[in-house]
Amino acid sequence: MTTNPNIIEIKHLSTYLGGAWVHKDINLDVKRGEILVIVGGSGTGKTVLLHEMLALRTPTSGSIRIFEHELIKADAKTLLAIQRRWGVLFQQNALFSSLSVLENVSFPLNEHTQLDQQTIRELALLKFVLAGLPIESAVKYPAELSGGMQKRAALARSIALDPELLFLDEPTAGLDPNKVMVFDELILNLQSTMGLTIVMITHDVESLKRVANRVAFLGEGKVLAIEPPDKLIQNRHPLIQEFFNSE
Amino acid sequence: MQKTAKVNFSHQQLICEGEWNIPNIPSLEESLAKILFPSHGEIIISGAKITKMDSAGAWLLTRWMKKLSAKKIPLQLINFPEHTQKLIDLIQQRKIDLENIPKTPKLSWIARVGKITVAQLQELYAYLTFVGKLSIELLRIASHPTHIRWTALLSSIYKTGYQALPIIGLLSLMIGVVLTYQMGVQLRNYGANIFIVDLLGLSILREFGPLLTAIMVAGRTGSSFTAELGLMKANQEINALDTMGVTPAELLLLPKIFGLFIALPLLTIWADIFGIFGGMVMANNMLNISWYDFLQRFQHQIPIKALLIGLGKAPVFALIIASVGCFQGMSVKNTADSIGKNTTKSVVYAIFFIIVADAIFSIIFSKLKL
Repeated sequence: MTTNPNIIEIKHLSTYLGGAWVHKDINLDVKRGEILVIVGGSGTGKTVLLHEMLALRTPTSGSIRIFEHELIKADAKTLLAIQRRWGVLFQQNALFSSLSVLENVSFPLNEHTQLDQQTIRELALLKFVLAGLPIESAVKYPAELSGGMQKRAALARSIALDPELLFLDEPTAGLDPNKVMVFDELILNLQSTMGLTIVMITHDVESLKRVANRVAFLGEGKVLAIEPPDKLIQNRHPLIQEFFNSE
Repeated sequence: MQKTAKVNFSHQQLICEGEWNIPNIPSLEESLAKILFPSHGEIIISGAKITKMDSAGAWLLTRWMKKLSAKKIPLQLINFPEHTQKLIDLIQQRKIDLENIPKTPKLSWIARVGKITVAQLQELYAYLTFVGKLSIELLRIASHPTHIRWTALLSSIYKTGYQALPIIGLLSLMIGVVLTYQMGVQLRNYGANIFIVDLLGLSILREFGPLLTAIMVAGRTGSSFTAELGLMKANQEINALDTMGVTPAELLLLPKIFGLFIALPLLTIWADIFGIFGGMVMANNMLNISWYDFLQRFQHQIPIKALLIGLGKAPVFALIIASVGCFQGMSVKNTADSIGKNTTKSVVYAIFFIIVADAIFSIIFSKLKL
C-alpha cells in the first residue's frame, strides 16, 4: 500500500491573496522519512503554504495530496483521519494557557484514543521526557515556563499521537544560538527514533545546514530550487545568493 | 482496515506480532494481562513479527519488562528491528514515573475559604492602590493642562455616550411602558388614573433613569474598557507606553474615566426623557390621560429636586463603572481565560457597587428628608 515514496505531493498550487499572487505555480514533493526545510525571504508565502498544507486555508487552485488523500476536497471524516496522523508545532507554540503543560500533552491523547487515564498520563509523560523537559515542570502552566521550555512542551504535544508527519513552523525563532543547536539535535533524535517525516520552515541558515535533507527555496511565487543544503548554497540564482549572503 | 497486534507466550518465549501502536494498546494490554508468566527461568522476547512499533507500543513493552524484572525474571530481547530496538532502549533509559510529578496539595474547605478571603482582600487593596495612583496622576496632569488628551477624551465621550444613545433610548422607552402598564392596572381599580404621572415621574427621574442607565452602561462600556485594556496589557502595549515616558493613566485611563463621567449624566437625561415619553404613550392608550393633562400635571407635581437627585448619582456611578473596568483591564494576566474572567468581574463588580451606592444614596436622602 505504501509504495508511493511521497508523503506530500503539491501540484500547480496557486494562491491569490490581498490583491496579489502569493504562489503562482508551486510544485513540491515531500518524501517519507526526510527532513524538508522550506526557506525564502519575507513575504514569499512560506507560512501561507504551510497553512494550506494544514488545511487551515484553501489555495486558489492546484492540488495538495497528503497520505494519498486530496486535502482540498477532503470531507470532514477524511480530514480527521489525516489530522490524527500529523503533528504541528506552531511558531508561537500555541499551548493552551488554561491547561497545565502535562494536560496540554495529554490533550490529543484524550481526544483521539480510548486509553485509560493512567496510560494517557504515562504516555504524555514519556513524550514530555523525550522532549527534554524535567518532570517537575509537568504541573506548571505554560506562562510559568521560559521560551525554550515552552517550545519543548509544544513539541511534546505535537508528537503526542506518534505522528508520521511533523510540521514545524520556525521552531527555533527567538531561541539563543546555543539552545537552537540543542533543539536541532532533539529534532534529529526524535526523527530517527520515531521515524518521522518533518516539514520545517526556518530562517536560521545554521539550523538549516544541520538538520535538512533537502531544502525548498520559495521565491517569485514558485519553488526556485529544491536541493540538499550544501548544493543550494552554491546555487547561482540571485535571490538564493542574496538570502545566504545576507545572513 | 485497522491492523491487529498480537502477543503469544509459549515455551518461555513471548512473541510480539503486528502493529504495536496507539489504537492497539488496549487489546495488547488485555492479552498481556492474561498470560501466566512462570516464576523462574529466562524469558525470551521476540520481535521478529513486529511490523510497526510506535513509542506507545515500546512504552507498553518496557512497562511489562519492568514488571517481570521486578520478579527477578531474566529477560532477553531478540530479533527486534533496529529502529524499534533503539526506541525501546531510549524509553528504558528514561525514568518515567507518575510518582515523580510534584503533587498539588489539596486544601481543606476552611483553608480554601481563608485563601479566597485573602485573595479578595488583596484585590480590594490593589483596587485602592490603583485609585490612589490615578488620583496622584490626575493631580499631576491638572497642574500641567497641556497634558490633557482632548482627542482621547472626546473619542471616549463619543463611544460611551453618543453611540449608546439608540440602545439607551429604546430600553428606557420600554421601561416606561412596562412601569405604566403595571402601575396603571392598580390605579385604575381605584379610579386614580391621573396619579400615574406622579408615580412615573418620581420613580423614573429619581431611581429608574440613573440606575438602569448605569447598569446598561456597565454592561456595554465597562466590559469594553476591560477587554480593550486587557488585550493591550497581554500584548505588552502598556509596557511599551510606560517605557516611552507616556503613562497609561494619562493616555488611556483618565480620558476613559472622564469621558464616562461626562457622558453618563447626559445619557441619564436622555433615558429620563424616553422613559417618561414611553409612560406618557401608555397612559394615553390605557388610562385615557391626554398628552395635555399628563404634561400639565407633570410640571406641577414633579419637583426639580427629583431630576437633580437622579442626575447627581450618575457621576458617581460613572466613576464606579470606569474605575472598575479600567482596574480589571490593567490586572489582566497573560492567559487566554484571563481577559474573559476579568471582563465578567468588571461587569459584575460594577453592577454590584452601583446598587450598593444607590442604596447608600437612598439612606442619605431619607435622613436628609429629601
